[in-house]
Amino acid sequence: MDLIELRDIHKTYHLGEVDVPVLKGISLRVAQGELVALMGTSGSGKSTLMNILGCLDHPTTGEYWLDGEDISWLSARQRARVRKRMIGFVFQTFNLLPRTSALENVVMPLAYVEDMAERQMRQRAAELLRKVGLAERLDHQPSQLSGGQQQRVAIARALVNQPRILLADEPTGNLDSRTSEEILQMFQGLNRSDGLTIILVTHDPGVANHAQRIVRIRDGLIEDSAVASAG
Amino acid sequence: MKFYRTCKLALWALRRNILRAALTTLGIVIGIAAVIAMMEIGHGSALAIQRTIASMGANNLLVMPGTAASGGVTFGAGSKMTLTPQDADAIEQECPAVGSVAPVVRARTQVVYGNRNWVPLYIYGTTPTFLPVRNWTDMAAGDPFTERDVRGYSQVCLIGQTLVRELFGGQSPIGKEIRVQNVGFKVIGVLPNKGANMMGMDQDDILLAPWTTIKYRVVGASVTNQNQSSAAAQGTSTDQNSSQVNTLTQIYPNTQQNLYPAPSTTQQADTPQPVRFVNVDQILVAVRAAEQIPAAIQQITDLLRERHHIRPGESDDFTIRDMTEISNTMSSTTALMTKLLLGVAMISLVVGGVGIMNIMLVSVTERTREIGLRMAVGAEPGDILRQFLSEAVVLCLIGGVVGIGLGRGSSYLVTLLLHWPTAVSVEAIVAAVVVSATVGILFGYYPAWKASRLDPIDALRYE
Repeated sequence: MDLIELRDIHKTYHLGEVDVPVLKGISLRVAQGELVALMGTSGSGKSTLMNILGCLDHPTTGEYWLDGEDISWLSARQRARVRKRMIGFVFQTFNLLPRTSALENVVMPLAYVEDMAERQMRQRAAELLRKVGLAERLDHQPSQLSGGQQQRVAIARALVNQPRILLADEPTGNLDSRTSEEILQMFQGLNRSDGLTIILVTHDPGVANHAQRIVRIRDGLIEDSAVASAG
Repeated sequence: MKFYRTCKLALWALRRNILRAALTTLGIVIGIAAVIAMMEIGHGSALAIQRTIASMGANNLLVMPGTAASGGVTFGAGSKMTLTPQDADAIEQECPAVGSVAPVVRARTQVVYGNRNWVPLYIYGTTPTFLPVRNWTDMAAGDPFTERDVRGYSQVCLIGQTLVRELFGGQSPIGKEIRVQNVGFKVIGVLPNKGANMMGMDQDDILLAPWTTIKYRVVGASVTNQNQSSAAAQGTSTDQNSSQVNTLTQIYPNTQQNLYPAPSTTQQADTPQPVRFVNVDQILVAVRAAEQIPAAIQQITDLLRERHHIRPGESDDFTIRDMTEISNTMSSTTALMTKLLLGVAMISLVVGGVGIMNIMLVSVTERTREIGLRMAVGAEPGDILRQFLSEAVVLCLIGGVVGIGLGRGSSYLVTLLLHWPTAVSVEAIVAAVVVSATVGILFGYYPAWKASRLDPIDALRYE
């Protein structure tokens, strides 16, 4: 069974009197353990699609089945619970808490999970930071870390809740090409070794080529879904 | 666990911008410090005022004998002879609400020194406890008389300022002998100025002496059943005993006319006098505290009814009067003071609370991305609300605690440097903590609610 199934998703924003359709009927399946790239130019609707995939927003019409559950019409509170349990986010701008150590940044999402001892939380966070290669930098604050290191902290933070899906929104947009390559290889590694489902949102074909499958979006519709050439 | 974690998170968030947190809470700190300092200084002043009012006799009860009546004719309050010095001792020992007790024997007669004379408003025969009961313990000069003087019928007295002025005209009266109805009294002390009482009676126009001396040497009987002129006319002859003693102190022995021939020693031995019932004119009682006045009245009533063998249903042979007018003044003064301070407190705390709200709103705007991020990783709106609310409350509580310390410190300094009376006010401290937490919740709620209503997508994109 597919982990993610979108059935004819429409999303329309209401800007005053005008209705602006952004997604015009998207159907998509992502299997467990896939590394998929969502590609499209700005304004194509890929960000909106990612918000729906990330359970930050709900579609105007259509169904979103995540792990066998229809989550299209959940309340804000229920969606928060799905995000907590299922989804990890990596952002273009890292979004780390300033003046806060790497370890604390990674521990942060666990504050919203019930029943976990403080020590256990820190242990798990430290383990993940080690996994992303920042074992020496636990106490560094974001301002003392390079862009690549900050993004690794963000990846560790995304993984700390043990999500099923990792959503990366332009994860390399603020990084130089060498660091980008490192981060993308880390995604591939996580996908391969842990079987983590990863969705990369990008406009850069070079980034998209690291995925197993590329889904191209144009004007709110899926243009084509092809297996990537390189990988 | 959850609560602990929320508090920790709030502290951690505040620590990230410690200067701003400190400045934000400054409003609360100053507010609470002002409240505590004002309350303590006010409390001290109120205590001082209460003490002053208490010195007017607010805590005093007056036990008077009942009314004598004969054939339908009553003789007015205090005309019966029912109270004894033993009653006074019993009241002091057996009534827990009573602090001290002074029996009083009154007289009204002429006092002479040299070529001057005066009729004091009050000639009171009493015990040394009279002075503490009336809050009159500091002597202007000399010393008060003692229990021993009372037991020994000593001819010593204390006089008030008016008497000093009228008899001595500025001279020091200590050690001089004045005559009260031809009985010599040595002045051993001068009372300090007390002024008029609430009815305008001059309280300094007073002569205090041991009650035994007044009773047996001056009055010879209770003043209530004889007027001043008859007492004066009778002179020292009222009582065989006292006339014998007083012969030495008579100035004009020739004027004395004995109506009856003096009995010889043999005659006296043949007709033994019955032991006289000794009465006092009133008993002055100081109650320990103003609140205990009703309890004290009850205890004294029960005790005296028992001592006087009054059966249930029969009416009391004494009356107890309290100084309601004065004690009402006292309680209304205190209440007014407290309300005034409470008003000041509220204003400063509201100002502090508005400051907190202002900064919390800024903080929510500034941390929009953080809120978005927290929501993205799974924080529910309730979690965000709780986080920001607890930040405000923790901020206010810290401000409150610092304010309490600062307030205590400044009231201590005021006592130390200005010598104003202050008193630690536990109520004020408890109220300060409660109020600062309430201010935190009240003024932190709106910003926290605003934060919890943010849309995670917009919040994450916020620049």
